Amino acid sequence: MNRRLANQIALLILWISALAVVIILLILILYIFIKGAPALSLKFIFSSPEGIRMKGGIFPTIVATFYLTLLAGIIVSPIAIGGAIYLTEYAHEGKVVKLIRFGADSLASVPSIVFGLFGMAFFVEVLRMGFSMLSGALTLALMILPIVMRATEEAILSVPKSYYMGSYGLGATKWQTIKNIILPAASGRILTGIILGIGRAFGETAAVMFTAGMAINIPIFPTDPGRTMTLHLYLLATEGISLNIAFGTSFLLLLFILGFNLTARLFVRRI
Amino acid sequence: MIFLFVGFKGFPIFQKVDLLEFLFGTNWIPSKGKFEIFPFIVGSFLVTLGALLIGTPLALATAIFLAEIAPLKAKKIIRPAVELLAGIPSVIYGFFGIVILVPIVSKIFGGSGFSLATGWIVLAIMILPTITTISEDAISSVPKGFKMSSMALGATHWQTIWKIILPAASQGIITAIILGLGRAVGETMAVLMVLGNSPVIPTSLKDGVSTLTSIIALDMSYASGDHQVALFSMGLVLLLISMLLVAFVRFFSLRKRA
Repeated sequence: MNRRLANQIALLILWISALAVVIILLILILYIFIKGAPALSLKFIFSSPEGIRMKGGIFPTIVATFYLTLLAGIIVSPIAIGGAIYLTEYAHEGKVVKLIRFGADSLASVPSIVFGLFGMAFFVEVLRMGFSMLSGALTLALMILPIVMRATEEAILSVPKSYYMGSYGLGATKWQTIKNIILPAASGRILTGIILGIGRAFGETAAVMFTAGMAINIPIFPTDPGRTMTLHLYLLATEGISLNIAFGTSFLLLLFILGFNLTARLFVRRI
Repeated sequence: MIFLFVGFKGFPIFQKVDLLEFLFGTNWIPSKGKFEIFPFIVGSFLVTLGALLIGTPLALATAIFLAEIAPLKAKKIIRPAVELLAGIPSVIYGFFGIVILVPIVSKIFGGSGFSLATGWIVLAIMILPTITTISEDAISSVPKGFKMSSMALGATHWQTIWKIILPAASQGIITAIILGLGRAVGETMAVLMVLGNSPVIPTSLKDGVSTLTSIIALDMSYASGDHQVALFSMGLVLLLISMLLVAFVRFFSLRKRA
C-alpha cells in the first residue's frame, strides 16, 4: 500500500513539474504579448527613434538585426558545409579530426561575451574594421559555426549508403557524387541547421555589443555600425528610458524567434 | 578554426598584476589601478550554484515525465515548449526578470530586488531546456528490458524509475547538468540586467552581485589601458572554465563508451 501511495505521489509531482515548465513559458510569452501588442503599429516598425526618450519606432534596429544575421549566415554557410563535408567524407579518424572535433566542441561552449571580447580585439581593432556590420557578422559567424557544422554533418551522415553505391556504380567520381547526389539529398536538414544557427545569432546581444556598435542608424554598407534589436531592448530596459517601447521591441523579437522556430520545424517535417 | 581559437586564447595574457592577487584579492577599484577579481569569481559561482539547485530538480522531473510517463498528447505540447524556452533570447529573460521578478523579490526579501535571488530564478529558467533535453535523451536510451524486468518483479512505476532507470541514465544526466552549468556560467545579458552589479561578495539573498560575464559587459564600453587588459584576462578565466567543462563532458562520454 505504502509504495503504491509513494508511486502515486511521485507521478503526481512529475506531472506538476512538467506543467510548471509549460506555465512558465506561457506566462513569459503571454505577458510580453499582452504588454507588447498595443505598442506595435506600422509606425513603430517603420520609423526611427526620436529624441532622448526614444519615441517613435525601431526601424533602424530591425534593419541592423537582419543585416547582421543574414551576413553571418552567408559567411558561416560555406565554411560550415565545407568543414562538414571534409569531416564526413574525406577525413580519416585520427589526430587532426580529433583536434577539429575538440575545437568545435570548445567553440560551442565558449560564453558569448568572450566572443564579443575576441571580436572587439581582433576584428574591430587588429583588422581595423571598426564597429561595423562586418565585425559583428564575423563574430556571430564564429559563434554559430559549431551549430551549423554539427547539423550539416548529421545531415550528410543520414543520407542512405545506397545513394553512394548507385552513384559510384554509374561511374561518378567522389566529388560528383557529393555535389550532385549527397548535398541535394541532405539539403533540407542542412537548411534547418542554418536556420537554427541564424535564430541563435538573431537573439544574441553580448557578442554584438562591442563589435557592431551601439549607434542607431540604418546600415547600408558592411562597414556601417548599427544597433541590434536585442541591444536596443537591453539599453531601454536597464536605463529605464521607455518600458512601452521595450515591451514592443521584445514582442517583435519573440515573433521573429517564433517564426524561425516554425520555419525550421516545417523543414524537418517535410523530410 | 583551431588557429583562430589559439589566437583567441593568446590575446589576453598580458597583465601587470600578480596572478594570485589577481585571482584571490577582493579589491576591484579600476580608478586606483586595483584589479582583483575574486568577488566576481565568487559571484559567478554563487549565481550558477543557486540556479542549478533550483533548475535541476524541475528540469529532471520534466525529463523523466517526457521520457517515461507522458501521454503522446502531453509530449506534443511540452517538448516544443521546452525547445521554445531554449530559443528565447537572453535579453528577453533579463527584461522579464526586471519587469516581473524584481518587484516580487523586492517585496519578499526587501532591498531593491536586483539581487542574487532574482538571478537564480532567471538563470534556473534559462538552463532548464538544456538539462531537460539532454537528460531526456539519456533516460530514453536506457534499454526497455531494464524497465520490463523491474516491473515484472512487482516494482511500481516510480520504484522502477528511481532505482533502475535513473541510475542507468546517470552519466547522461551528469553530462546534462554540466552543460547546464556551462550555460549558466557563460550567461551574460540576463544576469547583467537583474543582478544589481555591485563588485562585492554578497552576504545575503537580497544583495546585488557581479559575475565575471556581467562585469566584462558592463565595463568594456568605457575601459581603457590596464582596466581593459584586466577584463580580457577575466575573459580568459571564463574561457578556461568552459574548456574545463568540455573536457569533463568528454571524459564522461568516453567512459560511457568504454
